[in-house]
Amino acid sequence: MEVLSLIAGGVTTAVQPINLMLIVLGVTVGLFIGAMPGLGSVNGVAILLPVTFLVPPTSAIIFLAAIYYGAMYGGAISSVALGIPGASTAVATTFDGRPLALQGRASLALVTAALASFVGGTVATVFFSLFAPLLAEVALSFGPPEIFALMLLAFATFVGLGGDDIPKTIFSICFGLVLATVGFDTISGEPRLVLFDIQGFLRGIGFIVLAIGVYGIGEMLWTIEQTRGDVTTTNPKMTVKGLISDSKEAVRRGWKGTWIGSVLGFFVGVLPAAGATPGSLMAYGVAKMTSRTPEEYGKGSPDGVAAPEAANNSASTGSMLPMLTLGIPGSPTTAILLGGMVMWGLTPGPRLFIDESEFVWGLIGSFYISNVAAVVINLAFIPLFVWMLRMPFTILAPLIFVLSIIGGFAASRSMHDLWLIVIFGISAFFMRKFDYPLAPAVLAIVLGPIAEPTLRQSLLLSSGDPTIFFTRPIAAPIMVIALILIFLPALKLLRRKRQVTQD
Amino acid sequence: MEEIPAHPAGKTRPKDRTIREDYIMTLTKRLFLGLAAGTALATLPISAMAQEWQPTRPVDFTIMAGPGGGADQIARFVQSVVEANDMMNRPLIPTNRGGGSGAEALLHLNETRDPDHTLMVTLNSFYTTPIRQDGLGVDIETFTPITMMGVDPFVLWVHTDSGITTFDEFVAAVREMNGEYVMGGTGTGQEDSIVIAYMSGVYDLDIKYIPYDGGGAVARDLAGQQIMATVNNPAEANGFYAAGDFVPLLAFSDERMDAYPDVPTMRELGHDFSYYNQRAIVGAPGMSDEAAAYYREVFGQVYESQSWQDYLVSESLSPLPMDEAETRAYWATQVENHRQLLSEIDG
Repeated sequence: MEVLSLIAGGVTTAVQPINLMLIVLGVTVGLFIGAMPGLGSVNGVAILLPVTFLVPPTSAIIFLAAIYYGAMYGGAISSVALGIPGASTAVATTFDGRPLALQGRASLALVTAALASFVGGTVATVFFSLFAPLLAEVALSFGPPEIFALMLLAFATFVGLGGDDIPKTIFSICFGLVLATVGFDTISGEPRLVLFDIQGFLRGIGFIVLAIGVYGIGEMLWTIEQTRGDVTTTNPKMTVKGLISDSKEAVRRGWKGTWIGSVLGFFVGVLPAAGATPGSLMAYGVAKMTSRTPEEYGKGSPDGVAAPEAANNSASTGSMLPMLTLGIPGSPTTAILLGGMVMWGLTPGPRLFIDESEFVWGLIGSFYISNVAAVVINLAFIPLFVWMLRMPFTILAPLIFVLSIIGGFAASRSMHDLWLIVIFGISAFFMRKFDYPLAPAVLAIVLGPIAEPTLRQSLLLSSGDPTIFFTRPIAAPIMVIALILIFLPALKLLRRKRQVTQD
Repeated sequence: MEEIPAHPAGKTRPKDRTIREDYIMTLTKRLFLGLAAGTALATLPISAMAQEWQPTRPVDFTIMAGPGGGADQIARFVQSVVEANDMMNRPLIPTNRGGGSGAEALLHLNETRDPDHTLMVTLNSFYTTPIRQDGLGVDIETFTPITMMGVDPFVLWVHTDSGITTFDEFVAAVREMNGEYVMGGTGTGQEDSIVIAYMSGVYDLDIKYIPYDGGGAVARDLAGQQIMATVNNPAEANGFYAAGDFVPLLAFSDERMDAYPDVPTMRELGHDFSYYNQRAIVGAPGMSDEAAAYYREVFGQVYESQSWQDYLVSESLSPLPMDEAETRAYWATQVENHRQLLSEIDG
């Protein structure tokens, strides 16, 4: 097969000594950048972009892609070990990764994350190699109505899941959506909700600010209050044998989440505008929904760690696809990579696969190698991260506060954001005390800025007619599934009531 | 030339603090370089320019748009040329401050406490945003002109599958659709909407306009035929044009563009209208003359470099070299033109 020989050629390019060295370096740097709360692949790639002028373009993008990959793996580390998502892509990883760590199973969570990331990344690379041009066509057929339907589906997976108090879940989503509208409105070009006329709000409220506030400060206050500062996490000593038995358990209890995340993540990643964060959140929702034991989710299910981790790696590979084939970045990180490619004298777009075949296949080959390198390096560092957890909580808690503040400041270099982090942290603590789920608010601030403009663009297209969502071949089925999921809990409730009256 | 104080009144800082910050910044830069490129970069000689003033800390290189767009691409390209040729003794740190159609960037420059180390890469929201947002309190004529890197023309594009190949056919198609013809753009009051508004006015077209959050997204949705036509900069559409997906119909440049010699201009059709996106590097208000002279020298070198000249050709930018006085005069006329164009759209 032609594709196989192209892949073989690409892998050969990727294992050349200089490229291999850059992969190992990039993955390691990415791992640590991703593990810092607040810093994600965007920062890593942006900072190191100028360095890549020292090497040929293929090596340069291989290096940057390796950082991107490493950061996806690394994001899970602070989600698990500190309870703060290392990057927006790792929010869903905290839902189950953190409880596992508190149960003394941090190593299981980290091993699951690493293995799921490996599978996700590899599955996505296979899809990428085989179907790139075809998928680019699919991505283009997603206009505003389709993207909106998809976003609604993402919300639906969270509302319709049951378990949590549904009115409170809806309240939390609305709270996040309101925060998401702060700042400039794309459609009208007017500022909205510039609270107290503070100029900082013109920029809107970033996801990182909310996530660090909620998880870094809010959760930490909650933990301190609950335990009076006496957190006991039992962390068995890490041994090679322990690592192997954790790996076995991770495979046994996380395979389902892994494959859901791998497939779903890739397709969401391919769509322009979506990217790895919605991909990982949706994968978590779908994995929970299809699970036979959904009640385990949120309490330390390895599936709940595997799904988002497989998805964010899969999606980050997926988001390379519209960048390379259409010249349209699917995520902020790929936007910077795109800028880099222009600098190196390459024109991303429909002709790249033909004109720069060697470059493209070298990059694809590097995906395979990067994944192998990332999983090995990640597993090797796990004992270090688990050791970090053995620190007494009285040392760890202030450390997390400091990391939260530094990370929050580093992302935007604005004092305004720091104050917001503190305010959100304290509010999150009280919301938590009153049993409001916070994940939906975080979900809303990620998806809101995608959902709202696409809703309005769709309605502009149809001159205000909402049937546009039900008459287009791709949007319609997605909408129907989303609506069913939203109303599922209400239907269940009705049926239960009817049964009660019949009895 | 009158002396502009480096630190405006009320914003001066105690001297010892500045020195300490310099020291910290130097350390940070060394660390950064060390981490980034090992000793290779750090031991390269600092370019010997006969200048008295040199930056003493990393230079804030604000981009008044989000990542991935035209201004962002240019900023990062310029940074790479400076970095590759070691033209500055301190790094440029690109930061996207695209919020509020560039309002965030304008405010940042207006309020900076260190105008000598604060630069911005512009597009035309440099003119339009202060006009549209009175409350901003930004007067761009107080900003410091550095270098005009080029101007980016606009072109009207349709998808190949539409079968439209000339501007006349486009006009006929729009009229036939009776208000249902859909164009995408980057928002009311943005560059492309000004062009579309002018075109619609002259040819009496009724177009449904869908705003997006960037030129890249607009081009993507034309490629997917979610929208029927766009007014995009060549850089945003060239990939699709090369692949045969897009057809250029009309250029809003002064003369025919080298990249599309068969595409007529609005001027040829008898309308005195051309429209360009300004790709300039601008300094904060209150930048000292010495610092401005230094940056003009540096970015002048970037402009002259083979890399930038090649970039101008490949991205279809037009050169428009100007000195400081010419730039100030150009700004004044642009502000006036935009005020008029925007009042026509809003009115």
